[in-house]
Amino acid sequence: MKNIKILIMILALGVLGMIWTKASNSSDALTPEEIVRACYTHFYYAGNDMKARILMKLVDKGGQERIRDLTMLRKNYAEGGDQKYFMYFHKPADVKDTTFMVYKYINKDDDRWLFIPAINLVKRIAANDKYSSFVGSDFTYEDVSGRKPDEDNHTLLRKEQLNGKNCFVVESIPKAPLEYTKRISWIDETNFLPLKEEFYDKQNEFYREFQAQELKDINGILTITRRVMKNIKTGHRTEVAFQEVEYNVGIGDDIFSERYLRRPPLEWIR
Amino acid sequence: MDKINKILYFTLPFLVLVFGPWTYPIYAQESPIHGFLQTNYSVRVADGNPQGAKQGNLILGEERIQLKGSLYPSKSKIGVFVKSDFYRDEVEEDFNVDFREGYLDLREDKFGLRVGRQIYTWGVGDLLFINDVFPKDWEAFYSGRPLEYLKIGTDSVKLDIYSDIVSMEAIAIPSFVPDDLPSQGRFHFFDPYPAITYREIDKPGTTFRNSECALRLYRYIGDFDIGVYFYKGFFRSPAMKADNFTSPSTISHFYPELSVYGLSAQRSAFGGVANTEYGYYDSLNDRGGEDPGVDNSQSRFLAGYQRAFPDDFTVGMQYYGEWIHQYSQYKDNLPPAFPKKDRLHQYITLRFTKLLKYQALKLSLFSFYSPDENDYFLIPEMSYNFTDNLQATLGANIFGGANDNSMLGQHNKNDNIYTAVRYNF
Repeated sequence: MKNIKILIMILALGVLGMIWTKASNSSDALTPEEIVRACYTHFYYAGNDMKARILMKLVDKGGQERIRDLTMLRKNYAEGGDQKYFMYFHKPADVKDTTFMVYKYINKDDDRWLFIPAINLVKRIAANDKYSSFVGSDFTYEDVSGRKPDEDNHTLLRKEQLNGKNCFVVESIPKAPLEYTKRISWIDETNFLPLKEEFYDKQNEFYREFQAQELKDINGILTITRRVMKNIKTGHRTEVAFQEVEYNVGIGDDIFSERYLRRPPLEWIR
Repeated sequence: MDKINKILYFTLPFLVLVFGPWTYPIYAQESPIHGFLQTNYSVRVADGNPQGAKQGNLILGEERIQLKGSLYPSKSKIGVFVKSDFYRDEVEEDFNVDFREGYLDLREDKFGLRVGRQIYTWGVGDLLFINDVFPKDWEAFYSGRPLEYLKIGTDSVKLDIYSDIVSMEAIAIPSFVPDDLPSQGRFHFFDPYPAITYREIDKPGTTFRNSECALRLYRYIGDFDIGVYFYKGFFRSPAMKADNFTSPSTISHFYPELSVYGLSAQRSAFGGVANTEYGYYDSLNDRGGEDPGVDNSQSRFLAGYQRAFPDDFTVGMQYYGEWIHQYSQYKDNLPPAFPKKDRLHQYITLRFTKLLKYQALKLSLFSFYSPDENDYFLIPEMSYNFTDNLQATLGANIFGGANDNSMLGQHNKNDNIYTAVRYNF
């Protein structure tokens, strides 16, 4: 009997010890690929769906501002997998009532549709230009909908603090040549959100910088509510505020259809 | 009747736009009235103005205000939208109202009903229209007015039915509206019988039998956008009636009956978007193909491809064909004054678009070229957004061809340069 008790104690200690080691080393044990994948899913796939009013300020070197004010609806079809996006533009005046829809696929080019209200036209648009600017901002289409982690080779450079937060610093080198040759990301160790990213161009010069400026807990999901993308070379920057963010609001599949492109779903965009 | 219409079109938008805002603040804080102020000028660059030109080489000159407002109270299924232009026409030297759109909307879960003046755009072509059988203002397009003015609103009833299997748009148009074609005084164009200047134009009357109907079934399936179309109505450009086509003494125009049956498909392919469209034009008044004044039945088809390249550069190309079904009857009955068409009439179009300066500057070139008629039409355009609200456009319409009687070649002397400055609010 005594022996059994000792045996149980030893086993229990062993299990506790294993749990303890696992917990304390959990982030250490992560490979750079796992860190980037966690960042990708936390940043681009938060919730099952999301609704947000997005205010973008496009500011040029001289300080002149342009505005893009839109409502975005996003729905996930698999974590880290296919997604659908619906956007309705409130401002500026010349694009008011324009809607834009994206079916994002993991293994092929996206499908994109644009609705132009002045002529009641739904237009399918080519989607192979992931690096062109999203509505004239410093964000590319890929910045908006995410880059698949397996498209790059990742290396953990170091761990360091950024504004008091413990971060992984990961270098990502695209496997196929593209607009940038290197990206360095500061990923928060506790919540896996990207707090800063630096992009390097073909001359290996630092030219674009992403910064998360404000994080808020929304229905238990930590969300970057203010972010900025700066072009170091042109002096142009885009400040983005996510307002009225809501998760898991039950956006139906039918929202992502030609019907709602032509007649925006008022209950969702107001 | 026209007078009553004019009064109606003037007062209706006026009332909505003036009184609409008073009812609006109950529902929303933002200004419910939007629109723009715009100046738009176009001058002919070639020598020689057409007969009847009122202002020399000025093809288009106008100052315009557009006001639009909508009211969709929350929790209500009914809404209203109005868009109307008021403008000064410098060529005609008068003021005008252009009631662009105005409708009442009913939104239900499985269907929608829209009653009033509406603009429709169907099909997958880029400036090539097969199953888009709705009225167009070609004069606006050829004289450098913004693209939205190519489309004319039609007073109609539209029923939408939504379902997962297939969705449907059914349109009934009680009163026929023809295309606006290049008019005398503003444009040079080919006329086989220039000596006969008096022409009656007979428009289909507004009767139940003459009501046009158009149907579109559509669905997204297996990565394809599929459309099936049906139309019963009239040709929108006039046909010709003559006492004798060889040496006529009287000529009149009318709009022959037409049915169109069509299909379209588009999807992502080859790293871009590929699309195709077909329409059978059933010329109901001339199924035998013997009447030289009325178009024969035709098959119209197109195939297009567009692709995006790095740095906001997009290229689109299309092939378009019109195949005459009763070609031997067409040839046998062709009057000497008419140019002879090939059995297959084709266009190749190219579009280049380049965006610069964070998309504030847009450079584009659209070109039509017909290998059988050997004519072309080029539209280079540059537009710049100085701010979110202020935009300026400079462009040209350049026509050319081997013959002055072909579709585009007849506009050879209509080359023009246009500008538009618009302030959006």
